[in-house]
Amino acid sequence: MARFVVRRLISVVLVLFAISVVTFLIFQAMPNGDPALRLAGRLATPETVQAVRKQWGFDQPIYVQYLKMMEQILTGQVISYTQQLNVIDEIKRGLPATLSLAIGAGIIWLGLGILFGLLSALTAGKFLDRGLTVLSLIGVSTPVFLIGALMLYYLGYKLSLFPLGGYVKLTDSPWGWFTHLLMPWFALSVLFIGVYSRILRSTVLDTINEDFVRAARAKGISERRVIVRHVLRNSLIPVVSLFGLDFAAIIGGGAILTESVFNLNGVGQYAAESIGRLDVPPVLVITMFTAGAVVVLSAVVDIIYALLDPRIQL
Amino acid sequence: MATTDTAGTEFSTDLAVGRPEDHAPPGIGPYELAWRRLKRNKVALAFGGLFLLIVVLCLMAPVYAKYVAHTGPAANHLADQVKVGGKLKDVVSPDGIPAGPTWHGRFFLGADANGRDVAVRLLYGGRNSLEIGLIATLITMVLATITGVATGYFRGRTDAVLGRVLDLIWSFPVVILGVALGVALAVGGLQIGPFELKGNSLGVPAVIIGIVYIPYVAKPIRGQVLGLREREFIDAARTQGLGHARIMASEIMPNLLTTIIVFIPLIIANAILLEAGLSYLGAGVQDPNPSWGTMISDGIRLIPSAIHLTLVPGLMLVLAVLGINVFGDGVRDALDPRAKVRIEH
Repeated sequence: MARFVVRRLISVVLVLFAISVVTFLIFQAMPNGDPALRLAGRLATPETVQAVRKQWGFDQPIYVQYLKMMEQILTGQVISYTQQLNVIDEIKRGLPATLSLAIGAGIIWLGLGILFGLLSALTAGKFLDRGLTVLSLIGVSTPVFLIGALMLYYLGYKLSLFPLGGYVKLTDSPWGWFTHLLMPWFALSVLFIGVYSRILRSTVLDTINEDFVRAARAKGISERRVIVRHVLRNSLIPVVSLFGLDFAAIIGGGAILTESVFNLNGVGQYAAESIGRLDVPPVLVITMFTAGAVVVLSAVVDIIYALLDPRIQL
Repeated sequence: MATTDTAGTEFSTDLAVGRPEDHAPPGIGPYELAWRRLKRNKVALAFGGLFLLIVVLCLMAPVYAKYVAHTGPAANHLADQVKVGGKLKDVVSPDGIPAGPTWHGRFFLGADANGRDVAVRLLYGGRNSLEIGLIATLITMVLATITGVATGYFRGRTDAVLGRVLDLIWSFPVVILGVALGVALAVGGLQIGPFELKGNSLGVPAVIIGIVYIPYVAKPIRGQVLGLREREFIDAARTQGLGHARIMASEIMPNLLTTIIVFIPLIIANAILLEAGLSYLGAGVQDPNPSWGTMISDGIRLIPSAIHLTLVPGLMLVLAVLGINVFGDGVRDALDPRAKVRIEH
């Protein structure tokens, strides 16, 4: 266990280092991307641009700039170019909305994905299975921002059932928080429900013909218990591993499209806006944050793996 | 729907258990077998046909524009009037609301906020979306096959270097990587040696999407090659004195063909979806080029007043992607009823 943790910690550091270098280079190597020009404003004289360049350190060699940026990030002092606000504070401000989105949607998609996948497998080839397969294929074929926009129009605007986007803090009004998030939760879940239910369907169909399932039935255990304890438990491994990665990506701001269409002002929307402004520091911090979340949660997934399946050793 | 695994396997056992003693009928190869299974899967064929129909319609865009709509994809008709349900109406009303579908040749599916014909733009946009999807898929498949085969075959140092590059792309969040590259390239374009990409060309999103999906294909291929290289027929080839390139090309590649074929529709579908997402965030296709993604995102901005601007391209995109997804599912079932291939977003 200790070796596992140490190995994973080393890989977190390596991944974050590599990602920060690549992201930094994407924006630095970009032509016409001189940040000093943008910082100085439209009507800046060459002298002003020069002064800005010197003040922000853009005249130094690229590795010096990178090291300086990293130092600022690690000490929490990093300032965005365009808004000149502390990036870490901005991410902290967006995190409650992103976390609320991820947790709610995660519960919905995991629950419905498992339910639909199991139903589909148990009725394989029958009408219900076919219907669920069609639904899941439509789910994986529809862009999330289209679902979101249509939900906002029909459920929010036409029927006035839900508020038209935005985020309300849980501490301000639990009911407002819930109603503002209900549509984003479902919009984000549609794709994942489609993917998860199809994966679960095929793993359940593989498992159900295994000898140990026949043995369990032969022991006289109730069918319900056979399905839940023996079939489902053994089929959940691929779903759990995916869930960890997908969930981590969303916590890290990966639900850019959902957050933007519902105007949730979370980490993902902050990423989208910063990229639009070619603002390097926030983009750098958010990509590192997301990648870090993915690496950490995939380690957690491996631990859950070992709990689900005693044959797996860390 | 599209899941005929049970029917498929029954069919295969009938034919695969050959009787060597009688000479006719001749045995059939795995691809012939797969094709026969696919032909029995009517749903998959129907959806494949739907996708093909959309492709053909989009290819006919110039014909439609010239002979039916009498306008181009970028021509605006802000000052014109058009008949909607028998009444003459401004193409775009003075307060900026575009006309809805007329169901006639001109403005069949209505106008957008710039007074452009939505149906014409839909077909031209479809051309761009499909083109990006296909080019991106080509880039992904070629590069992923090369890196997958090379890392799996040589292992060691090649694997250590290329494998880490794949891991790096993999650990980037797809949309963030795509948007960052998209915005960066849209500003400056890209120039590598003789290849030059203008910032607003269709090549930019195609290249980005192509790169983003490489690890998703390269990793499974690598895994398969790792298994293949230990098999006896590779040893046999090596003892015959074949070089590495020859072994990879003529011994390993044919065994990967099924995996590659299965991935193609999957990547096309996801590439079209990612293009739409990038365009929604302003990092995909750039104005004035239309694409389904840019049309949907333009439509969303006008959503309470002109829902048809979102619905029309949205429906087209979903139908195209659904068509290729269901067809791809059928192809996968036909080639290998037990295969499990997927891609995440």
